[in-house]
Amino acid sequence: MIRATLAGLRARKLRLVLSGSAVVIGVMFVSAAFVLTGTLGRAFDALYTGVGEDFDVRVTARQLPGVGDEAATRPVPDALVARTAAVAGVATATGVVSEDGARLIGHDGKTVPAPLGRARLGNSWTGEHGPIRLRAGHGPASPGEIAISAALADAAGVRVGDRVGVLTQRPKRVFTIVGIIGYTGGRDSLGGTHEIAFHPSEAADLMLSRSDVHSAIDIRVDAGVRPDELRGRLSIALGDDYLIETGYEVRAAQAAAAKEDLALVNQILLGVGGMTLFAGVFLVLNTFSILIAQRTRELALLRALGARRRQVVGSVLLEAALTGAIASVLGLGLGVGVGALLAGLADSIGAGGLDLILTVPPAAVVTSLVVGVLVTLLAALAPALRASRVPPMAALREAATPDRSLLRLTVAGAVVAAAGAAVIIVGFAGGTEDPSLAAVLGGVLVSFVGFALLTPAVARPATRLLGRPFARSVPGRLGRLNAGRNPRRTAATASALMVGIALVTGVNVVLTSATASFDEQAGDYFRTDLIITGVASTERPPTFDPAVLGRARELSGVAGVSGQYTDVVQIGDRRVGVAAWDDDAALLTSVKVDRVAGSLGPLGPGEVVVDVATATAQGATVGSALTVTFSSGQRRTLTVIGTYTSDFSSGWVLPRASIADMASRQPTFGMVRLAPGASKRDVRAGIDALLTDSPEITVTDRTGFVGILTGVFRTVMLFLQILLGLILVIAILGIINTLAMSIMERTREFGLVRVAGLDRGQTIHMITVEAVVISVFGTALGTAVGVGLGAAVVATLRSEGIQKLALPWPYLGAYLVLGAVIGVIAAILPALRAARVDVLRAIAYE
Amino acid sequence: MLAIPRKVYPARLSPAPTTGLLPRMTRDVAARAVGVWKVFGDGVAEVTALREVDVEFAAGGFTAVMGPSGSGKSTLMHCLAGLDTVTRGEIHLGATRVTGLGDRALTRLRRERVGFVFQQFNLLPVLTAEENIRLPLDIAGRRPDPEWFRTVVDTVGLGDRLRHRPAQLSGGQQQRVACARALIARPEVVFADEPTGNLDSRSGAEVLGFLRASVHDHGQTIVMVTHDPVAASYADRVVFLADGGVVDELAGPSADKVLDTMKRLDTEAAR
Repeated sequence: MIRATLAGLRARKLRLVLSGSAVVIGVMFVSAAFVLTGTLGRAFDALYTGVGEDFDVRVTARQLPGVGDEAATRPVPDALVARTAAVAGVATATGVVSEDGARLIGHDGKTVPAPLGRARLGNSWTGEHGPIRLRAGHGPASPGEIAISAALADAAGVRVGDRVGVLTQRPKRVFTIVGIIGYTGGRDSLGGTHEIAFHPSEAADLMLSRSDVHSAIDIRVDAGVRPDELRGRLSIALGDDYLIETGYEVRAAQAAAAKEDLALVNQILLGVGGMTLFAGVFLVLNTFSILIAQRTRELALLRALGARRRQVVGSVLLEAALTGAIASVLGLGLGVGVGALLAGLADSIGAGGLDLILTVPPAAVVTSLVVGVLVTLLAALAPALRASRVPPMAALREAATPDRSLLRLTVAGAVVAAAGAAVIIVGFAGGTEDPSLAAVLGGVLVSFVGFALLTPAVARPATRLLGRPFARSVPGRLGRLNAGRNPRRTAATASALMVGIALVTGVNVVLTSATASFDEQAGDYFRTDLIITGVASTERPPTFDPAVLGRARELSGVAGVSGQYTDVVQIGDRRVGVAAWDDDAALLTSVKVDRVAGSLGPLGPGEVVVDVATATAQGATVGSALTVTFSSGQRRTLTVIGTYTSDFSSGWVLPRASIADMASRQPTFGMVRLAPGASKRDVRAGIDALLTDSPEITVTDRTGFVGILTGVFRTVMLFLQILLGLILVIAILGIINTLAMSIMERTREFGLVRVAGLDRGQTIHMITVEAVVISVFGTALGTAVGVGLGAAVVATLRSEGIQKLALPWPYLGAYLVLGAVIGVIAAILPALRAARVDVLRAIAYE
Repeated sequence: MLAIPRKVYPARLSPAPTTGLLPRMTRDVAARAVGVWKVFGDGVAEVTALREVDVEFAAGGFTAVMGPSGSGKSTLMHCLAGLDTVTRGEIHLGATRVTGLGDRALTRLRRERVGFVFQQFNLLPVLTAEENIRLPLDIAGRRPDPEWFRTVVDTVGLGDRLRHRPAQLSGGQQQRVACARALIARPEVVFADEPTGNLDSRSGAEVLGFLRASVHDHGQTIVMVTHDPVAASYADRVVFLADGGVVDELAGPSADKVLDTMKRLDTEAAR
């Protein structure tokens, strides 16, 4: 039996290579994920050597739990430095500033981004210490001078002596570069971060908006004192408000944070691998089904000669296992290459200087082989069981393949699809903030399996319908009929395509609906004509000079301007984002909010309004007095004077007086109302001119604003289209495979039609129509399933503000065209092969 | 209308009427092989399938080509039909010199001037009987003459089965559909390769009777390859092949005469 299996495997090399290719690609991504993580993880460990060597113990303010601890760090007050220095065992205590958000403006007038969204640190210069080395020039000796890291100097194309604009918590200021900073080991950056060192006298004001605070206090211990020993003493002396870490812990935490970013890349790669393997299952299943259909007589002969059912199953599964193993090994090899390539790419996008040592973790090898073989075995299971049911008599009869009833399959498909959809909806029951990702993804996969099972039932009528445009010519008619002649085979081939298209379409429907809903709600909400806003390039929202608001008010044609300031505060035991407006009277005429209770202002000092849902969650009503702790540490008591509802906005609106308490006293957002008859274009140009020092901020209209809000959707879509591209490659391989195998079965028919007068071109035409009908069937099915799933998700998200179902028509149209193109591409090789069929051999009897 | 009995034709045991009595009989040559050689392979593996074959097939005649396995009868048919090329010599179909035509011209020739019936697997499984019959016309982009279509369909006796697919038809019915398809385009010559090889004797008789009727009633030219003396007896003329050459010929054959000739040729070959 084993010998027969191996002989069969050798004889069917090409088909198995084609079906195995899906496994190869899927395994490639899985192993690439492991190799990338292993290689970069090792390099990162090396990268952070030196971090935390310039101090033994570091004191920072303990961040409050809750949302957005990244949006505004709590600083430590200057007075704490003296208190810390007084603790026994402390040799020196130095207040240091080191915050994200120092953005250097490059030659193109835009801020220079750090690679992979890494921090752009603004630090206080405390001389060469730890890993920091001056590579050129000197450290900033007076305010207005800066030293920048070599990686930043490189990215911005600036040198010592250049004068550059820098955005901080303060509006743009021009500084002179007096030094270039490098790091031990000849590195240009630490983990890709950019660094600007300011003079200590102004660093705190620039990065923390006030001069009497620090980001942290760095401590050197007295000789003979162990850092972890001092930590205990410090925490007693300073109390629970402060976090005390040793240098070793800081280094470990930073390396871990970098690896966390890596984990995301890892998950994406694993996800892509999973999807391609999922699509590949259909391909493998189809290949084995066809192989078994073609070998019915052979299998029956084996049974007639006394082979047991189990031996037949074993023979097919052995073939699958070998195919899977070979494909997995190939995939693993490719994955190691891709992983190394991606690691190199990450290094070159990043600061460079990563010490890359290609690392293939044992988990990569084990997972790749196990996943590849298991997926192939799983896909071959159903065909193997079918093979075992071939009766010995089939060896003696004509190899007839009667149409088996699709009823059971269809019922099973409907049940599975419905179950999958239910799981998706359950997954979203927790809301968009915290959807159960496992439930959503699991539900999508389960429903895909269900739809795949339903596909054979519609394959014949659907291919008839889709093939109608081709039915005018004989080759077209034959191609159309051939596409529907084996519903299971057609369905399995189309399913690989369906999965990819459905996934992308489903997400697209949700995002398009969200965009349309935002658009509608924004249109309803904003009564203003122009909006001043920024695209966040770091975790801190970009800000602009408050003076811009004043100057905008003076422009002719402007009726009113209100600027928004934001902060993260603690109210009760919650950490929440809040907003304050410099002109809350103008605000009420600029946006549409519905009053529920009390008054919506104007707000006096000490008064606050909030939306009903937030108020309920907080247990607050009109008249409640709340203690608000700002991130600057300032504490105020505010009274709720009114509650509101709005489709578009929610949360706390603080009085104008609170702006002074906020960490950043620069606005993040502005709304401009025009005077009647004023030219929108002129005013926009006028405000644009005011914003030249704030390259991250733009002035736009409502549509542009929605575009900015939904910009992240486009990134998601782009990524999904790339994923789709990969699945399409697999789908094309699947169609080629199915066609090639069908053509082998139908050699005689090609001979017949050629004898009856069909020329080569018409034969190619016939095969192409068959391929196009199958692939368009797959894409049509995919768009239908995707739209259905997307609509179901949109329906469950109604309460989250997505109230409108909108379909991405251009995409849907493009996918159908894409389906046709894929069909043509997939048909090329099989069609040429069919056209080359030797007529005489084709009509010869066996 | 035709007065041909449906479905059942008695097996012919008596000699056919002499060719001179047939209606619309012309002495034009429908197909001709002139000094044809066909050699397969080369060197040690060289096999000569046809050697110096000269043979003519009269228009409006039903000719059977007989011979033992390996005598070259199928090869001769393939060469005559333009399915295969000759090594030396020439093939003519009507006034056309087939030898030397390119693939495109050959395809056209098959489409417009030749019909085929094979031993088995004659039909496309995705098409109904009617669609199978019309296939050559559809490929050529011609509309069937409704009257001729009805005539052919009535003759093969498939009127009630036209909407069936091949899988729903018996072997004999399938072969009758194949015959109808070969005739529908009114080709100059129908080549039939062992058309009854896969059928029981009753179904075979039906098919052969139908082929003969198409010759006698409609002046169709048929060249049929067979190794069955009974099948050959339906023809007007039998050409005997052995070792790649024409060795004998018989006009107005009966099954017995064919059998006798075959036995004689066998003994001659043995000597």
